[in-house]
Amino acid sequence: MLEGLLIGLTTALSVQNLLMVIAGCLIGTFIGMLPGLGPMSIIAIMIPVAISMGDPSAALILLAGVYYGAIFGGSTSSILLNAPGVAGTVASSFDGYPMARQGKAGKALTIAAIASFAGGTLGALLLMIFAPALSSVALLFHSAEYFALMVVGLSAIAAFAGTGQVAKAMIMTILGLIMATVGEGALFNLPRFTMGIMDLQSGFGFITLAMAMFALPEALFLVLKPKNLQGGDGDIKDLRISRSEARAIAPVIGRQSLQGFFIGVLPGAGATIASFLGYAVERNIAPKAEQDEFGKGSIKGLAAPETANNAACTGSFVPLLTLGIPGSGTTAILLGALIALNVTPGPRLMVDDPQIFWAVIMSMFIGNLVLLILNLPLIPYIAKVLAVPRNYLIPFILFFTLMGAYIGQNNATELLLLVGFGICATALKFADYPLAPLLIGFILGGMMEDNFARSMQLYDGVAFIWERPMTLALLVIAAILVVLPSYRARRARARDAGIADGD
Amino acid sequence: MALDRWIALVLLGICLAYGYAAWFTMDGSLAPFMRRNPIWPSTFPKMLSVLGIIATLFILIGAEKSGPKEADIDYRRLHEYHLGQALILLALMVVYALSLRPMGFLISTSLFLILGSFTLGERKWHIMVPVALIATVFVWYLVQEVLGIYMRPLPGFLGG
Repeated sequence: MLEGLLIGLTTALSVQNLLMVIAGCLIGTFIGMLPGLGPMSIIAIMIPVAISMGDPSAALILLAGVYYGAIFGGSTSSILLNAPGVAGTVASSFDGYPMARQGKAGKALTIAAIASFAGGTLGALLLMIFAPALSSVALLFHSAEYFALMVVGLSAIAAFAGTGQVAKAMIMTILGLIMATVGEGALFNLPRFTMGIMDLQSGFGFITLAMAMFALPEALFLVLKPKNLQGGDGDIKDLRISRSEARAIAPVIGRQSLQGFFIGVLPGAGATIASFLGYAVERNIAPKAEQDEFGKGSIKGLAAPETANNAACTGSFVPLLTLGIPGSGTTAILLGALIALNVTPGPRLMVDDPQIFWAVIMSMFIGNLVLLILNLPLIPYIAKVLAVPRNYLIPFILFFTLMGAYIGQNNATELLLLVGFGICATALKFADYPLAPLLIGFILGGMMEDNFARSMQLYDGVAFIWERPMTLALLVIAAILVVLPSYRARRARARDAGIADGD
Repeated sequence: MALDRWIALVLLGICLAYGYAAWFTMDGSLAPFMRRNPIWPSTFPKMLSVLGIIATLFILIGAEKSGPKEADIDYRRLHEYHLGQALILLALMVVYALSLRPMGFLISTSLFLILGSFTLGERKWHIMVPVALIATVFVWYLVQEVLGIYMRPLPGFLGG
């Protein structure tokens, strides 16, 4: 492990990768602050850039930096404008915005930054401990278990993600899987479901789909209903916090880092659930006098969701890096980017490409540091820039989505597909169908079918389901997850108006 | 019938067409030696089509009630929002997609950016045009020189 750390450190500290972290964090912060644009849109837009760099560690470092930055930027707009840019930071506005209205915006931002930093750093430490352990277990898995694990992951995503309507999320997942079967599969080398259209021979483009599912609908929503970006008067001063305040939030940060991390590891339960749960838990265990403070500008109430959402972001990397199974929309996009770069995340990643694995973890530490020391002082200026440009911003977002789809495939048909899918995705969004499960299903579809086919061939039929107890157990868990209708009400309430789907 | 059930109906249609292809038409072209394989190219799609039909029917018969709640944008009142702008922007994107090759990157992109801001109500031409031109040239430079992806900069008759 020490050796790995050193490999990671040398990779992450190269000039190029340091620049990637800084650039990623800045871009992420900037766009994350815009209400309505979630981390998934930003990452989708950044993917073409990351892929064409050709270096998987640099690409992953850049995208991870964007992810953190977006969450950080989202909390900034929650605090300053009461307009969360990201669903995972809604809970931060409960106490952050009252603090800002009391003239303590600077202090609130500092607490948010420190809490994010601590959550992210502790999360990365936990990731360092748990990922190797989990991946050594995962090496024992066979195709059958992988297939079952993916079924579990997908059903967990369907059960937890979205608006609490399991059937809708199920449909979207299945639709994603269906779309993944279009084109030539690696296993059969036969074109399937192409309807004779040559352009579909290689299947739908992953970047096109990611853009169409996230960036385009969010941009269209911004056009349809402009969000008010006023409110940041630039009176952000007094960034210091006192010693007693630091002592008050320290235990909160400790608890929420752990809790947030483990919630983040679970598929489907990302930063959003972690932050709401963190807020609720801290309110319940706080002393009576402090409990009344919650919602009126409590520093604990701000530190809890901020720590939890960052720790959960880090936690969501565990299933991605160790099993190769993304648990959230964002990590699904990262997985797609990695596959495009010829890296297959999974238990073999640590053995085959240790420099990627460790460099990413190291870059998490660096990224959190960058956010704390570089972005925090810049926040007042970034907030000012935000007041400018809706009229310019939206055409540019649309242009970048088009460009991303175009340079991926160099094919104008791809752009028409993008617009078409974008319109469909917007309609789905109107009807409250969650879009992340579709993309996750699409990305996992190919791998899932490959593993299914392999186990079918090994067992000459579906016997593997009952002959391998672990597969059976996992599939039973998956069935329970779909049937169990818990979490519905909570999620439905958690989805507030005006927020992009967070993770 | 609410929009989500209309969508479920459309999705049901897609699943049925997909299922029809998977169950009835695909296997015909399968090579004889592949028929001995326990898994066919159509096996997984068959499962998916069944699951998809079940899930869409579930919504269609309304087994899962969606509670009334405050949505971000209420599609029933779509005309109250800037629907025209959104539609024009979508049309612009389609035009851009079609004109990218024949007109070259530089012209079509600048036009797209300028018309895009214009649609959104920007009238400061002295800012709009330079911003669009600089951004276009910058992105073209990035894509062409840094990322090394060829994009025809000018229309064909100018030798682009």
